[in-house]
Amino acid sequence: MNIKAVKAMRGGTHVPSGTTPVSEPLDGDSACDSGSGSERRSGGHESGTGDSAKGPGRRRAVVAVAVVALLAAAPVVLAPYPVSAMSRMLAFAVLVLSVDLLTGVTGLPALGQAAYFGAGAYTAVLIGIHITSDALVQTLAGLVMGLVAAAVTGWVAVRASGIVFLMLTLAIGESVHQVADTWQAVGASNGLAGMPPITLFGGPPLLAAGFVHWWVLAVAVAVFAAVALVVRSPYGRTLRGIRDNEARMRALGYRPALARYGVFCLAGAVAGAGGALWAQQARFFSPGDMGFEVAALALLSVVIGGPGSLWGPCLGAALVLLVRDNLSASIGGHGPLVLGAVFIAVVFLMPRGLAGLTGARLRGLIAARGARLRKENAS
Amino acid sequence: MATYLVSVLNGLAMGSLLFAIALGLSLVFGMMDVLNLAHGAVYLVGAYVAVALVADGAGVAAFVLAVLAAAVAGAVLGGLLAALTRATAHHLDQALLTLGVALVVGEVLTLAFGTDVHSIAAPEPVGGGVTVLGETYPVYRLLVIGFGIVLAVAVYFLVERSPLGSLIRATVADRAMVAALGVNTGRVLVGVFAAGAALAAVGGVLAGPILGAQPGLDEKVLLLALVVVVIGGLGSVRGALLGAVLIGQVQALGTALLPQYASFLVFAAMALVLLLRPTGLLPARTAVHA
Repeated sequence: MNIKAVKAMRGGTHVPSGTTPVSEPLDGDSACDSGSGSERRSGGHESGTGDSAKGPGRRRAVVAVAVVALLAAAPVVLAPYPVSAMSRMLAFAVLVLSVDLLTGVTGLPALGQAAYFGAGAYTAVLIGIHITSDALVQTLAGLVMGLVAAAVTGWVAVRASGIVFLMLTLAIGESVHQVADTWQAVGASNGLAGMPPITLFGGPPLLAAGFVHWWVLAVAVAVFAAVALVVRSPYGRTLRGIRDNEARMRALGYRPALARYGVFCLAGAVAGAGGALWAQQARFFSPGDMGFEVAALALLSVVIGGPGSLWGPCLGAALVLLVRDNLSASIGGHGPLVLGAVFIAVVFLMPRGLAGLTGARLRGLIAARGARLRKENAS
Repeated sequence: MATYLVSVLNGLAMGSLLFAIALGLSLVFGMMDVLNLAHGAVYLVGAYVAVALVADGAGVAAFVLAVLAAAVAGAVLGGLLAALTRATAHHLDQALLTLGVALVVGEVLTLAFGTDVHSIAAPEPVGGGVTVLGETYPVYRLLVIGFGIVLAVAVYFLVERSPLGSLIRATVADRAMVAALGVNTGRVLVGVFAAGAALAAVGGVLAGPILGAQPGLDEKVLLLALVVVVIGGLGSVRGALLGAVLIGQVQALGTALLPQYASFLVFAAMALVLLLRPTGLLPARTAVHA
């Protein structure tokens, strides 16, 4: 019933689900405004018939498997430093997924997810130092802590929407950051160091960057799959319905605030898991890793990647960390200057992000090229 | 008793500064639905103007000059921000734009002044202290409290009692209707944006002898201003005043009694207010976006 209702409301046609975790509605309706969404989408592949829609689905499955295989192969061919940089990107991508869940899927611009990221990370470090080095326990604890922290603070935020939500999450994030910055029990501004290397299922400590990378990759893929499942479920459709037309969803008998609270807790859990992964690969966590800049970069990644798409923001996360950690070092540590310029440029140049580029423009380019080739062949 | 009095006075001084800073944020938000995340950066510009001009305790004339210079710099920055945010319609894009400006401005300031913590001396004639109920208290902070009172009265008359003020309030309440009446609301918006930013920069100069200037201060100030606006009610002048006085007290008492949890107390105050009054204590009377 609710699927039908939302479908009817969005006035769009749906392609049968693909075989990949990246499902079709995700990159289909990443338009920021609901009004022009259908017109924009009509240019995409979704207007195709069922047969032609199967193609992109299978292609995406192949791409997804290839990407995961490449990421898994990285430790074999790359030096430890780039491998740990990739682990860092994966952990950050999990945080970005949590922001995307709120911002892209539910339409709630979030600037406070770094708080739950930090909660998960501190939990993992504390457990690593005092209780056990088992990575699974640490990650689950980080996830639960993120969930609990979001549940405790989220009710303040979810009653609002739009820019007020942004404001409240920013206030929550900054407050948690400043508590971490002054609380002696978590090392205050020095952060927590001295976390022993992780172990898995009672094995030896994982000292090599490659093993840690595989663990981070495995968890990140699992989280991605879980988020994709949620987004494709009836609950995910409810969330998109709230994003596109909240009044209508309320009229249909849904409770938007409750649904938003649910997704806020879920996003908190995802961010907590991401924080645990980040702490496990760095074996150190400080308030600087959960500050305003991190929250802003996570939101930037979502916007660069295309809100609502799941793979786009992950790609955005990798790009943003690449710029922050590598480019900024090569221009004398003035990364924020470049990033600030990127923020401004993104707004004017890429209104729908990377996913928008590939979704419409790239496909348009490919079509144009195909037409030209056909023309040349014919002549 | 006397220590509490000092804390209360500190809170009032902080509240005066917060009112100057939060006012622009609140009005811009009420009018344009734009959350200016560069507001803290504008404040920091003011603080560094003070570092550049009056760091070593100049006379009153130089200090006034610094205030005027900061006001001009803030107004220019505010006008630029207004032009940028009006170029795009999406709220998320506008937030990102102001974030980008905040990062760029913060980094440029770090480039120019380094990452050191700068302290700024109060102007020479008011650099000393007076005895209040047996405790020595800096004269400068008393003057800041006085400035806050004067500003509150001036803003009250400007916004609530003048033709310009009625135009501003009408634009907050229903921008489309005001535009339909033949008013160029764009000019009102840019004007308020610039004036609000100028006030924030002036706040930066005035807060200089109390808070100093250092990288990262912009975020702390932005957070406090946000909480003030949320507590007071979005787009409401009286709300901003009440919120600023409240948060000033919470901040000062928290720093005096529980220094470790001062920032947590600020959040707790916000959560408590939102629990009891979801739209803030004194929401704009004709709130469109409650």
